[in-house]
Amino acid sequence: MTKTIITVVGKDTVGIIAKVCSYLAENKVNVEDISQTIVQGYFNMMMIADATASPKPFGEMVQDLDRIGEEIGVKIRCQHEDIFTKMHRI
Amino acid sequence: MINIFEVNETNKMIEQEKLDVRTITLGISLLDCCDADLDRLNAKIYEKITRVAKDLVSTGKAIELEFGIPIVNKRISVTPIALVGGQACKTPEDFVTIAKTLDQAARDTGVNFLGGYSALVSKGMTPADENLIRSIPLALSQTERVCSSVNIGSTKTGINMDAVKLMGEIVLETAMATKENDSLGCAKLVVFCNAPDDNPFMAGAFHGVTEADAVVNVGVSGPGVVKHALESVRGKNFEVLCETVKKTAFKVTRVGQLVAQEASERLGVPFGIVDLSLAPTPAIGDSVAGILEEMGLESVGAPGTTAALALLNDQVKKGGVMASSFVGGLSGAFIPVSEDQGMIDAVNRGALTLEKLEAMTCVCSVGLDMIAVPGSTPATTIAGIIADEAAIGMINQKTTAVRLIPVIGKDIGDMVEFGGLLGYAPIQPVNRFSCADFVNRGGRIPAPIHSFKN
Repeated sequence: MTKTIITVVGKDTVGIIAKVCSYLAENKVNVEDISQTIVQGYFNMMMIADATASPKPFGEMVQDLDRIGEEIGVKIRCQHEDIFTKMHRI
Repeated sequence: MINIFEVNETNKMIEQEKLDVRTITLGISLLDCCDADLDRLNAKIYEKITRVAKDLVSTGKAIELEFGIPIVNKRISVTPIALVGGQACKTPEDFVTIAKTLDQAARDTGVNFLGGYSALVSKGMTPADENLIRSIPLALSQTERVCSSVNIGSTKTGINMDAVKLMGEIVLETAMATKENDSLGCAKLVVFCNAPDDNPFMAGAFHGVTEADAVVNVGVSGPGVVKHALESVRGKNFEVLCETVKKTAFKVTRVGQLVAQEASERLGVPFGIVDLSLAPTPAIGDSVAGILEEMGLESVGAPGTTAALALLNDQVKKGGVMASSFVGGLSGAFIPVSEDQGMIDAVNRGALTLEKLEAMTCVCSVGLDMIAVPGSTPATTIAGIIADEAAIGMINQKTTAVRLIPVIGKDIGDMVEFGGLLGYAPIQPVNRFSCADFVNRGGRIPAPIHSFKN
């Protein structure tokens, strides 16, 4: 199972979540959890998603989301969950 | 389940504190390439390296993309060439042909450095070893990506002073052969005592004869992450300080372990070790000196520097060993001068001398590294500096190394620019008193008493 962490950081604006989620839906990525905070006026969101059913190669998804981020003026990162669990869980 | 704060912490380390995996180094054994015919030998070496490492760079890039962690270098280390070329190479020039083959293989696989143009002569030199060593100046001046190292001593064997004397001359000749480029050749040449077989870091990486046919070793880094963590415990006691370093080293190493496993799996090559080194770069905020200064030193080089470095090195190891199943290589803190902005600043303000650096090498992970000295420094003095470092390594059962750059045509106060990760450095003064009669004695320094553990 490919658990994916998607983070969005940037200036808050209308439709950020909608844009990211519609991309994920199109590519058959299931969103399992969303948490969000505003830090010093900056929008800060994290999604835990399951990309197992997605036909899209992971590397391409990373690049697509990066591009979408650029279009709406936020930074979107899409990373394998492992880097976080390895670092923060024994 | 992982939470947003943990995710943000990791990403902040990567984006703002310059956490990266410094290198994935693919070790490749060339022992099966040995041949009596030089052309055939070169062809076999080229074929094996380009075959085994063909996916190294693309795999590294894929991991980088998918995990969102920069992997700065993809590199190759090979069996010490003195062993591989012994049968075919009768002259130093013969060995240079292999250096050129290695350079071509490095270009064609897309790696930025290939290490292993090496000889292991801690007790004595074979004719092949000597020919390889004598070929180093020509080899490094005629290639771009090849790195060379020579192991001239160990705790088990003592110090080969004939080789030390020769290396003093070779370092100077290499400087001369590359004088148009500020003696850059010397930045690709390391003289070791107790060289490890599995070091992934250049310029001293080679694939030891104790290793498997191919192996993936990973070098992590992250001085900026440690420095940032220490900023939150300013003024706290040593227990808190040590705990903070240890916890940070754990986190950094876990990333290295993950990348090593992924690379090993995707390349179909066994995982070797993770090297826990804190390797600085000239980038602001990526400095080992910065960590020591954060601990409370006005400048690196001030009294207390050696103690600060000792505790840093030890805590990095303590945090790191739990994070990885196999730890090896050099593991600790590197203190290269030209590659660390904080070290450069300390030399410029007169706080850090060659002698203090030597003291620091007793407790850091390697040795005198990337230090520019006047081009007029005599070969015997360079040999004396190598002998001093080797003695520290031999007696303390640790790896030590010397990577000095006598910059031809430059003197104290001048600056030298190496470019990229190699950085820039001010030319530092060297003690002007001679050790020629000592170095010229010839022979070996016997192994120390505590090496006899049988």
